[in-house]
Amino acid sequence: MRFERREHRPLYLLIVTPVIAVIAALALAGILIAIAGAPVLDAYWRILTGAFGSRLSATETLTRATPLMLTGLAAAVAFRARLWNIGAEGQFYLGAIAVAAASSKLLGNLPAPILIPLLLLVGAIAGMVLILIPLWLRLRFSVDEVVTSLLLNFIAVLFVSMLIDGVLKDPLAFGWPQSQSVSDHAMLPKLIARSRLHIGFVIAIALAVIVHFIQSRTVFGMQSRAAGLNPGGAVFAGVPLGKTLVKVACLSGGLAGLAGAIEVMGVKGYVTTDLSPGFGYAGIVVAMLANLNPLGVVFAAIFTATMFVGADGMSRGLGIPTYIADVTVALSLLTMLIALFFTQYRIRR
Amino acid sequence: MMQLFDIIASAGLWAAILRIATPLIFGTLGALLCERAGVLNLGIEGIMTFGAMIGWLSVYHGADLWTGLLIAAVAGGVFGLLHASLTVTLGLSQHVSGLGVTLFASSFSYYVFRLIVPLANTPPTIVPFQPIAIPGLSTLPFIGPAFFTQTAPTYLAILIALLMAYIIFRTPVGLAIRMTGENPHAAEAQGVNPMKVRYGAVIAGSALMGMGGAFLTLSAFNSFFPTMVQGRGWICIALVVFASWRPGRALFGALLFAFFDAFQLRLQTALSGLVPYQLFLMTPYILSIAALAVMARRARVPQALMQPYRRGER
Repeated sequence: MRFERREHRPLYLLIVTPVIAVIAALALAGILIAIAGAPVLDAYWRILTGAFGSRLSATETLTRATPLMLTGLAAAVAFRARLWNIGAEGQFYLGAIAVAAASSKLLGNLPAPILIPLLLLVGAIAGMVLILIPLWLRLRFSVDEVVTSLLLNFIAVLFVSMLIDGVLKDPLAFGWPQSQSVSDHAMLPKLIARSRLHIGFVIAIALAVIVHFIQSRTVFGMQSRAAGLNPGGAVFAGVPLGKTLVKVACLSGGLAGLAGAIEVMGVKGYVTTDLSPGFGYAGIVVAMLANLNPLGVVFAAIFTATMFVGADGMSRGLGIPTYIADVTVALSLLTMLIALFFTQYRIRR
Repeated sequence: MMQLFDIIASAGLWAAILRIATPLIFGTLGALLCERAGVLNLGIEGIMTFGAMIGWLSVYHGADLWTGLLIAAVAGGVFGLLHASLTVTLGLSQHVSGLGVTLFASSFSYYVFRLIVPLANTPPTIVPFQPIAIPGLSTLPFIGPAFFTQTAPTYLAILIALLMAYIIFRTPVGLAIRMTGENPHAAEAQGVNPMKVRYGAVIAGSALMGMGGAFLTLSAFNSFFPTMVQGRGWICIALVVFASWRPGRALFGALLFAFFDAFQLRLQTALSGLVPYQLFLMTPYILSIAALAVMARRARVPQALMQPYRRGER
């Protein structure tokens, strides 16, 4: 058996691929559900209705999808330039804690129309700062950024834990390590009354469109793609590789930091060390499922959020551990990888 | 100052160093073997988690400890097979495939664990490996209690490090592995099958990672809990660079790292209340990053690392 590179990549394949990958992942996860002794189709039906069956669950799912879109975009823009930013989780936390600190210590008294954009900016900058460390190590010492950006996740969470145990601790939280709350007028406006869905959802989609525009229509987008496809060739063609990577990193880290900021200002109002149930890591899967396409990220994030939100109710009803959602999402990353391979190669006997 | 000296002079510290180092030795050697053949295996964090879970689960269900360790190794090998299929046969990005393996293996571990062990207030436990006092040596003052009363897997890890150094630098198999990692085309011209070598190295290396994870549940602790691997896998990846892809230095690096870790644990108790404990918990990760920054330039990376090999395609 040998593989042969396809001359043309038919367009329909690129659209069908993620669908096939997700179905394959659901089938594989179905085997695990069946082994656990539960009816598979019923389980998936419960996941779907659990995620979209009511007004409340549907808005919950979209609320959950919001940070996933942003961390997914963060991974997608970085991976496209072959910048392996695995640190979105840490950047998320740093963005979140920066917002809590700025709101409670510095800017809290500003009026909402100035305060909210300012806080979002603060969160984004915090994320950028964190990703610039691994990038600097790569450019200066040629250290692979995968491990450094990942190790920084642990450091960032511990740093947040230190702050919410110390200077930023909420004295009213009965001793729980929890940051001071952001002021009421720093909270993002609700999109739909009597739900948690906030304006951050719209911001995330708008950013997906903007990133898509940047990548497909600007010189920077072209350069970042060239840097990923063939770094040597890109330098030869006059692409400033270092500068491009710095911009890509800032965009990526900024998006992840923004995800943390938006989660604090949209949902919780304060920071704890379980603010993120792995949004940074799930963002990697979201980006891969979307084949690194910014618009695809929106749909991939909604799929992932559907699994996470729906699995809760399914788990309670059928006694299947909620981890089945993580398993399915991780499996879809693997099946997507294989499916993408077959859009580029065909089997020749 | 006296306090620092007391810590360093205590046999307990040195015994802890070997204990802390053991999973790192297994994991670093496993990652090193994969990378020597040209395959970066970022699945390590997940594979260690799965090894920890499946090793514990086997023993909990009546297998003896060595069988548990073996099962963890086999399970690690199976994940290695998955990673090799994706990266060697299909030639997919080793970064992304490894991350996929990690995400899948760890969530799968938690799923299986929760499925079989329902939520309880106190996690169920097993009887772990007991320290073995090596006759004669263990009665030596200071050195005895520190180095010669470890559990069996610790001795095994050191043995494997020495064995791997011998295999890689002194045997034809080792030569084939090194050639495949440096230049698979040249290796093929010499009659070596780079695909087979890569498969073998990734499977064997991942088996070691599985054993490293199993050490946590079968020897260091006696129960399994989610996120117990706590980034040890990623630290191993950093240690491989620190070790310049040499098994002997990997052993040394893991011990040095464990020294700092054991030391900060004790310093933490000595200075409790004065310095936030999180600062101490950060040190292993900061050390790993520092080690990478110091060693990355000097290290001799296997030249074909992360390059997919396809016959007739360059």
